[in-house]
Amino acid sequence: MGDASYPADLLYHPEHDWARVEGDQATLGITWYAQDVLGEVVFFEPPTVGTKLTQGEAYAEVESVKAVADVIAPLTGEIVAVNDHLSASPQAINEDPYGAGWLVKVRLDDPSGVESLMDAERYTASLTGARDQT
Amino acid sequence: MSVQVPTAAPPERRTIFQRGAVGRRAFVCPELDVPAVAAADALPARLLRSEPPRLPEVSEPEIVRHYVGLSKRNFDLDSGFYPLGSCTMKHNPRVHERVAALPGHARLHPLQDPERAQGALELMWRLERALATLAGLPHVSLQPSAGSHGELAGALLTRAFHEDRGQRRNKVLIPDTAHGTNPATVAMAGLQTVTIQTNAAGGVDLEDLRSKVDDDVACLMLTNPNTLGVFDSNITQIARIVHEAGAILYYDGANLNAVMGISRPGDMGFDIVHFNLHKTFTQPHGGGGPGSGPIAVSDRIEPYLMVPRIVRGEDGGFDLSEQSPKSIGRLRGFQGNFGCFVRAYAYICSLGASGLRDASEVAVLNANYMLARLSQHGVAEYLPRAYGDLCMHELVLSGAPLKRDLKVKTLDLAKRLLDYGFHPPTVYFPLLVEEALMLEPTETETKETLDAFADAVAAILAEAVADPEILRQAPHTTPVRRLDEAGAVRSPVLRERLADAPQEPAHAG
Repeated sequence: MGDASYPADLLYHPEHDWARVEGDQATLGITWYAQDVLGEVVFFEPPTVGTKLTQGEAYAEVESVKAVADVIAPLTGEIVAVNDHLSASPQAINEDPYGAGWLVKVRLDDPSGVESLMDAERYTASLTGARDQT
Repeated sequence: MSVQVPTAAPPERRTIFQRGAVGRRAFVCPELDVPAVAAADALPARLLRSEPPRLPEVSEPEIVRHYVGLSKRNFDLDSGFYPLGSCTMKHNPRVHERVAALPGHARLHPLQDPERAQGALELMWRLERALATLAGLPHVSLQPSAGSHGELAGALLTRAFHEDRGQRRNKVLIPDTAHGTNPATVAMAGLQTVTIQTNAAGGVDLEDLRSKVDDDVACLMLTNPNTLGVFDSNITQIARIVHEAGAILYYDGANLNAVMGISRPGDMGFDIVHFNLHKTFTQPHGGGGPGSGPIAVSDRIEPYLMVPRIVRGEDGGFDLSEQSPKSIGRLRGFQGNFGCFVRAYAYICSLGASGLRDASEVAVLNANYMLARLSQHGVAEYLPRAYGDLCMHELVLSGAPLKRDLKVKTLDLAKRLLDYGFHPPTVYFPLLVEEALMLEPTETETKETLDAFADAVAAILAEAVADPEILRQAPHTTPVRRLDEAGAVRSPVLRERLADAPQEPAHAG
């Protein structure tokens, strides 16, 4: 699964989700930290195209050998595409969380929603804080 | 003459179906002493088989060796220390087996007329009274067959309680430390889970609770002490908040071994409690049962309790009664796992009230001794405690530093413990502790065993510093090595056709 990485061109939500914003669309997924804590992912059922997402609310579940976790929407919008390959190959979420492991693409309702997200530097700093607490 | 000595036994993968030979039998029935009746004359045609069943054809020694061989590949409490958190793997005293094996207990037919099963009904009635006393709640049903089944009973009783008052409440509040069965039960009962946060002390976050309690809340499910090994001393306040909203308070009794005979859920304000007889009251368990999850309830829940109920008549005789118009009905066939009732009752009678209290006190003492031993130099740096300085009957450590500093996961440490002769503790639960390791030593272990386990953890952590691969490749000494858990879930093989099974090896089994 490789070492931790948090690409600089992505935006991050505190619930360990990333967004790659391109115009009025965004690709969403879970971060390297999230897949590392979950362990080997065994199941992801994508929501259907047309589903509305609300920033900060769960829109899907991801199941690993350890637990079932909610996936939180980092932005508000409507799903325009889902990663169908994950049904057969959920391990892509572990192996390539920012590439082949993308979850959904959404059309954003309000592009200003990105302002509440973190850049890679702030997100990485927040992880250090989270770990020091335990 | 030379004899070839095999160097190692090949791994035994044959099922019972691949043993034996055509026509071989373990047991031959005696000649019929009544006229034979053909199956076709006795059964409707739609129930008749078109071809005979494919059954194993084996001798009795083959059967015995097959299953003894399988049992030796297992790790069980009779072989070694088994500190599985929240599972209460305590020793099952052998006298309980002797009592459970008495013919009047072991051979009683579940359809026996109550008039001819008075002893069994009296035992169940007395067990109900004892459990009611321990719970601090007056009414008991022994029907549920597991803790989760008791939870389902609780959820259905809660719904019946509200419906009887003309209310349909949909939400159940559950702390984020809860056993996974709690939200699963809620889903089974057609209700919705609302998660309550944990505060810095490891208990229920009261602010979060207050903000989520409303008139759509049916119930709060709580384990006290919880899965962090923390007793929530705010419980009377929690009970008040829940009751003021008109909701029910449900006690998950999985952790009762911490407080047996010391504090009572009924006194804390709970309306419904389930017991895990197979945990707290000694039963062989961990292999899938049989379990037993009786519930005790308050007066206001009693009208909805399952039937049949065991009743005692004025003449002192016992009977089963279905007379309960508001009852939710039956949750299973017959009366429950009777052997569990016998062992639990034997346990309660042999220890008595003060003995049960002693058991809980020693369980808490053992857990705290273990916590202190595991706080020593060389361990605490990599496996710090998750919450607080003391614990109840179980303790939770976090392997987060182990993973961060040595790139060794809690799972690797757990697997390595098998090589040291110990069953691993619960791992990755509770979910809110990163890389969690959860231990419940129980009261039946000696100080020497607790010391040996703590020494093993220290030795394994020293290995992790010197050569982490030892842990990452563990276990090294078990009949099967590291299992591909993810592969098993992603591509489960649920059935093996006999024709596809590996061919029988030449050596005799």
